[in-house]
Amino acid sequence: MLHTFVALVDDKPGTLTRVASLFRRLNVNIVSLTVGESERDGISRMTIVCDAPEHAADRIRASLYKLETTRDVDELGRSEAVIRELCLIKVAAGPNSPHGQQSRSQIFELANVFRARVVDLAPESIMLEMTGAASKIEGLLQVLRESKFEVLEVSRTGRMAMRRGHHTGRVLKALGTKPDEEAPVAFPDRPVTDDLPNQFAEDEA
Amino acid sequence: MATNNTHPILTGAEILWATLVGEGVTTVFGYPGGAILPAYDALRKFPIHHVLTRHEQGAAHMADGYARASGKVGVAIATSGPGATNLVTGIATAMLDSIPIVCISGQVSSKVLGSDAFQEIDITGITLPITKHNFVATRAEEIAPMIREAFQIAASGRPGPVLVDITKDAQQGTATFNFDEAAPASYRPHPMLRAESTEMARAIELMRASTKPVILAGHGIIHSGAEREVLAFAERYQIPVATTLLGLGAFPASHPLALGMMGMHGESWVNHAIQQADLLLAFGMRFDDRVTGNLASYAPNAKKIHIEIDPSEINKNVKVDVALIGDLKEVLNTMEPLIHDRNYLADASTTKTTRAWLREIRSLKGDAAVRDIINLPDNGHLYAAHVINDIWQEAKAAGRLDKTIIATDVGQHQMWEAQYFKHEDTRTLITSGGLGTMGFALPAAIGAKIARPDCDVWCIAGDGGFQMTASELSTIQQECLHINVAVINNGFLGMVRQWQEAFYDKNYACSPILSPDFVKLADAHGIPGAHVTERKDVTPTVAKARTSPTAFVINFSVEKEDGVYPMIAPGAALHEMVRRPNPLIETAEDE
Repeated sequence: MLHTFVALVDDKPGTLTRVASLFRRLNVNIVSLTVGESERDGISRMTIVCDAPEHAADRIRASLYKLETTRDVDELGRSEAVIRELCLIKVAAGPNSPHGQQSRSQIFELANVFRARVVDLAPESIMLEMTGAASKIEGLLQVLRESKFEVLEVSRTGRMAMRRGHHTGRVLKALGTKPDEEAPVAFPDRPVTDDLPNQFAEDEA
Repeated sequence: MATNNTHPILTGAEILWATLVGEGVTTVFGYPGGAILPAYDALRKFPIHHVLTRHEQGAAHMADGYARASGKVGVAIATSGPGATNLVTGIATAMLDSIPIVCISGQVSSKVLGSDAFQEIDITGITLPITKHNFVATRAEEIAPMIREAFQIAASGRPGPVLVDITKDAQQGTATFNFDEAAPASYRPHPMLRAESTEMARAIELMRASTKPVILAGHGIIHSGAEREVLAFAERYQIPVATTLLGLGAFPASHPLALGMMGMHGESWVNHAIQQADLLLAFGMRFDDRVTGNLASYAPNAKKIHIEIDPSEINKNVKVDVALIGDLKEVLNTMEPLIHDRNYLADASTTKTTRAWLREIRSLKGDAAVRDIINLPDNGHLYAAHVINDIWQEAKAAGRLDKTIIATDVGQHQMWEAQYFKHEDTRTLITSGGLGTMGFALPAAIGAKIARPDCDVWCIAGDGGFQMTASELSTIQQECLHINVAVINNGFLGMVRQWQEAFYDKNYACSPILSPDFVKLADAHGIPGAHVTERKDVTPTVAKARTSPTAFVINFSVEKEDGVYPMIAPGAALHEMVRRPNPLIETAEDE
C-alpha cells in the first residue's frame, strides 16, 4: 500500500541521499519524493510517497527519525490531509493531430472541466497545467488518451501533503496560542495513538 | 599564534587536535598519509598520544576496543583514499554493535574534490550506511563544530560510529578557535521516545501476572550503565537473567539468578527456559536472529516487555506487548517506585512461584553437566573449551577476575569463550557480535589495554582470524604493551568447518588453513611465546603469560575437529538444539 510521509529535514548537502539511501536499505520503492523550503529557515520539507507493506510504516518512520538530519516526521492518511500534485501535460493539437482543427477547442473544454490551465499554445501543441489529487490528474490523462489525443509529454511533481486543520509550532506561535519558543516537534498535533501501533496487528487479523 | 581577542587563530590541523583535547581525548589510533599530513604535522603541539597501527582497520578496531573497555569515545585517524577505505570494516563493526567511535579521515583539497585526484575517494558516500552520521569539513572553521557534534552523536542515544572527513585545505586554512562556541545544539532525544506511566503500569501488570518470567539482558545495559539497576531489579523480583553475547558481563555470571548466554550456542536449559517462560523482559537487546532462532516458534507463551532506546527496534523481529522506549537506567529508575506503589510484592505467593520457576529451570539442566566437556577427564586431548576455562580459573585463582579483559575474534573460540569464561564484571568481554569481524581480537585488545592499563588483557583468537591482523603484534611492541595472546589453533577455520560438517556433508572446502609457527612469529617481533599441546601445561603457561613483564603469545594446538555445542541450526526453533554428543565423541585419530 502507499504511505505518505512528511519529513522536516536540515537543508544541507547530502540530506536527500541519506533519506533516499534509507529507503533503498529497507528495500522500499519511492513512488514520489518532493523537496522544497518549509516555514523554517534552514529546514526543507519532504513529502515521500512509498509503496510498502502496511506494517512497514512504523519502521520507516522510526528509521527516518534516526537520521541526524531529520527534525520531525509525520505520516499522513488520505482523509486527514490535503495531498496535491502539480502536472504539466503537452498534447498534440496541430492540424495534423487526430482531431485536426477541432483539437484546440476540444482540449480547452476538457481543461475547463478538469480546472486545468492552458499555459502554452504552439502551432502543433498545447501545454496544460493542472494541480490536484493524483486521481484527478490521472483522470484528465485518461480522458485525453481515450479521446485519442496524443499526449506528447507528462511531467508530474509528485505529491505534496499537509495535515488538515493541524497547526505547526510556527503557526501556533503566530496565532498567539503558544507563547513559548518554537516547539522542537513540528507536528505537535499528530495523534499520539499512532505513535506505537503494532505492526503485527494485521498479521493477526 | 595570533589571537583574536581572547580566542587564538589556529590552523585547521591545530583546531582538530585542540578540539579533541577539549573533548577529553588522550589517545588516538591512526596511520598518516598525504591528505592528513597537515594534521600530523601539528600533533606534537598537543597532549595526545598517537598509536601507530599497522593497518587502518586495526586503528578502527583499536578505537572500538578502547571505547568498549572504557565507555569513552574512541578515535581513529587515517588518510584519504585507501586509508579511509581500510577503516570501513572497523566502522561497520562499531555500527553493528553500537560502539561510540569517531573516525577522522583526510581528504584531498576541496578545490579538486570530485576530480578523481590521487587518493581521492568518496568516503562519506561509502560510509553513509555504516555510520550513525558523517561529515565533510572543507573549511577550517567547520572543523571544531563538526568534531564536537560528532562526539555528541557518537555517544548519545544509541551510540555508534561517526566519520569526519577533513579536506587538506581545511587542515591548512586558519580560523578562530573557540571551543565553547563550537558546542553543538543540545542533544535532541528521538521524538518517539516514550516510556509512559500507562505503559509502565501495563508492564507491571504483566509482571504481576507472570509466574515464569525471564530477563533477557543485552548490550544496552552496558551502554546505559544500568548494571546495578538490572541486578537490583532481578534480585528484588527474583527473576532469572539470560544474557546475549554482548550482554555477557552486564550481569554477574556466578549470581544464583544468572542463567548464562542464550541463543544459537546458549546452554540448553537457558533456551528451554526462554521457550517455556510466560514473560520476557528484554533489557537493551534487539532480538537478533542468533538469539531467537525461528521467529514463528520463539517463546510462544510469553508476553514480552521491551525496554529499548531505539524505536526502530520495537516490533522489528518479535512482536512485543509493552514497549518502553528510552534509556534503560532511566526507565528502570522511573518504574521502581511505580512497582512499589502497586504493591507488587503484597501477594506472598509471588516469591513462592518464582522459587518454583527457578527450581523448574534448574531441573531443565538435566544431564547437561554430564555432557559438558569441562567435566571430561583428561583423555590426552587438548580441547579449546578447557583452555578457555583454564584461563578463567587461573585469573580467578589469582584474584584478577575483575581486572581481566578478554578480547575475542569470531568463530568457535568466541563461542567457547562465551560459554566457559564466566564474566562477573561489566566491560570485561570485548567481542564483535553483530558484524562478526574476524581479525578483531588483536587490535581490540590493544585498544582495551590502552584504555585500561591496570587490567590483564587477553586476546583470544583462532588461527584463522589471528592471521588477518597479526601485523599488529608490531604495534604491541612499539607501544610496549603487555597483552597476552592465546591462539586457539586447530588448523581449520573452525566454525566454517563445523557448518560444513553439519550442513554441507563434511565437504571441508577451503576451511583447512596453514599457519606459521606463531611462537616464532612472536619471536620475530621480540615477543616471547610458548607452544602448549597438553592440558597439564595450560595453567602454568597461562600464569607465566599473565605475570610476564611483556606481551606473551601462546599457541594452543587444540583438537582439530571439535564442535561448539549446543547448537541451533539456522531456522530451527530455539528449543530444537543439537545437544553435546553423549558420551563425547572420540576424535578421528582414535577410531
